[in-house]
Amino acid sequence: MKEKTTSKTTYQLPIGPIHPALKEPVMFEFEIDGERIVDVDVSLGHVHRAIEWTGMRRNSIQIIYLAERICGICSISHPMAFIRAVENAVDIEVPERAEYLRVIQCELERICSHILWAGVAAHEIGFDTVLFLTWQMREKVLDLTEYLTGNRITKAILTIGGVRRDITKDHHPKIFETLNYLKDNFDKLRHIFLDDKTFQLRSQGCGILRYEDALKLCAVGPTTRASGVKKDVRVDQSYAAYGDLDIKHITPDLLTGQVNGDVYDRIIVRLLEIKQSVELIEKAIDQMPSGDLVSEPKILKILATIKKTNGEGVGRAEAPRGEVIHYVKFNGESEHPYTWKVRAPTYNNILPWIPMLKGEQIADIPIVAASTDPCISCTNRVAVIDGNNNYELNKEELHRLSVEKTRRLMK
Amino acid sequence: MTENKQLDANGISKYFKDKFKTNIKKVEIKKRTAGSKKNEFVNIWMKVDKSVFKDVIKHLCDLQFPHLAVVSGNDLGKTIELIYHFSLYYGTRLGEISLNISVDLPKSNPTIETICDYIPGALITEREKQEMLGIKIEGIPDNRRLFLPDDFPKGVYPWRKDEKGMEKMIRNLHEVKK
Repeated sequence: MKEKTTSKTTYQLPIGPIHPALKEPVMFEFEIDGERIVDVDVSLGHVHRAIEWTGMRRNSIQIIYLAERICGICSISHPMAFIRAVENAVDIEVPERAEYLRVIQCELERICSHILWAGVAAHEIGFDTVLFLTWQMREKVLDLTEYLTGNRITKAILTIGGVRRDITKDHHPKIFETLNYLKDNFDKLRHIFLDDKTFQLRSQGCGILRYEDALKLCAVGPTTRASGVKKDVRVDQSYAAYGDLDIKHITPDLLTGQVNGDVYDRIIVRLLEIKQSVELIEKAIDQMPSGDLVSEPKILKILATIKKTNGEGVGRAEAPRGEVIHYVKFNGESEHPYTWKVRAPTYNNILPWIPMLKGEQIADIPIVAASTDPCISCTNRVAVIDGNNNYELNKEELHRLSVEKTRRLMK
Repeated sequence: MTENKQLDANGISKYFKDKFKTNIKKVEIKKRTAGSKKNEFVNIWMKVDKSVFKDVIKHLCDLQFPHLAVVSGNDLGKTIELIYHFSLYYGTRLGEISLNISVDLPKSNPTIETICDYIPGALITEREKQEMLGIKIEGIPDNRRLFLPDDFPKGVYPWRKDEKGMEKMIRNLHEVKK
């Protein structure tokens, strides 16, 4: 993989770092034989922003809002993992009502993210009408998020020891209106993605990740569940109110009776998870106990406790893309963490790209790469930018190839 | 990937202590509850001696193929601490146990063996630890940098808190032509 051995039969094809049919910078170096991908290497670091380094010079309350900005889509999951790490290190109990409110916010984020991904996946194979349909649905969920938190993307809703805003009975009509809208449209979405000939042609048997590879390469999230590995932090661990709610692992065999680990299976998992999230929100609203929103409303008191803490903690959360884990260590001298380590889900889903892409065609690169729902800004956190001048197959070119393949298959 | 009977936190602690005796320097079991039903979640923090580290990982893989979430690291002054965050028994409802295995490396010789031969998915995080903490992973299959660009100064490691850290560099960026 490291040695660049171009022979007469194969040639090198660098894609990236800017827009390799993704929405974020990452660099692929392919070795191609005709149309087939023989080998692939991934390089990262183009959007490294030194967020962990910056965080170690901020106090823990400030870091919540910094963590929110690690990723524009997982703007609940990262703060969630961080505050859980702090709560574990400092031993802060969270009020029961707050745990339910956290579940509602996390699941709203998952719905947004999965619908957004569905649209991107449709776009990658040249099915742009579906892109507009899905993003129209996502807009409704974003409206609800804005109604509940005051913001569409960076919600600033979580805090150490609880949440910052309540959901009351007054909010219920709008919540149920949106959830009913999603339920009404779910079958339409499912029909388009799972029964449509075009989707089946492009996604079945494409970008396969076997069970063993998913396990050994430590893949996370829908990527690993589509390969049959039952790993979902919400089910496996007791965190927030997930321990109280009825929830199970979503794997493709629930629908089709078998696990292939291809792009089609990843679509199934995400679609079923949208439905699961809607149900979880309904259950959470139904079962939510009354009580406080935060265990300690005075931020300065929390910071004073942290300053006296000498300890470490890890916090895990299930982001839309998979398990996110934060590690913090306090040394008892400062309210700044001594160490803060962030691990986003895409970090673990980099290596699985290699077995997925090998043997596929150039025109399949966009949909296979997109099928893990990569989030590069999450993954690259710590440093600076370097651009290599290479021959580039730009986004438009790659997108054109992909659209052409769809047209070819439909003939 | 053998599926044995699931051990609880004390069982796991005993499993390692029986085998490695005093080389397991510290085991701490932390339990937290969440939600209305107060279901438990267990974190095990285990410090092991560097000499048996690789055997510990092998022994762990015999238990069940673990999920390696990430390796994090601390610069503790005289030593560098690496913490391997594993998940065991995932896939069962509320059955997961988080196992954090830490190992101290002396700064005079900060080397550790790779675990990529047991867990291939460790490659990305091992590469990151090399460039960020200035440690050496022996036998790593891919020795390149991961996030840092190729022209990043040699001998500067962003997570170090000593003279090899970034403090000096960011004050004098002109010296490294940044």
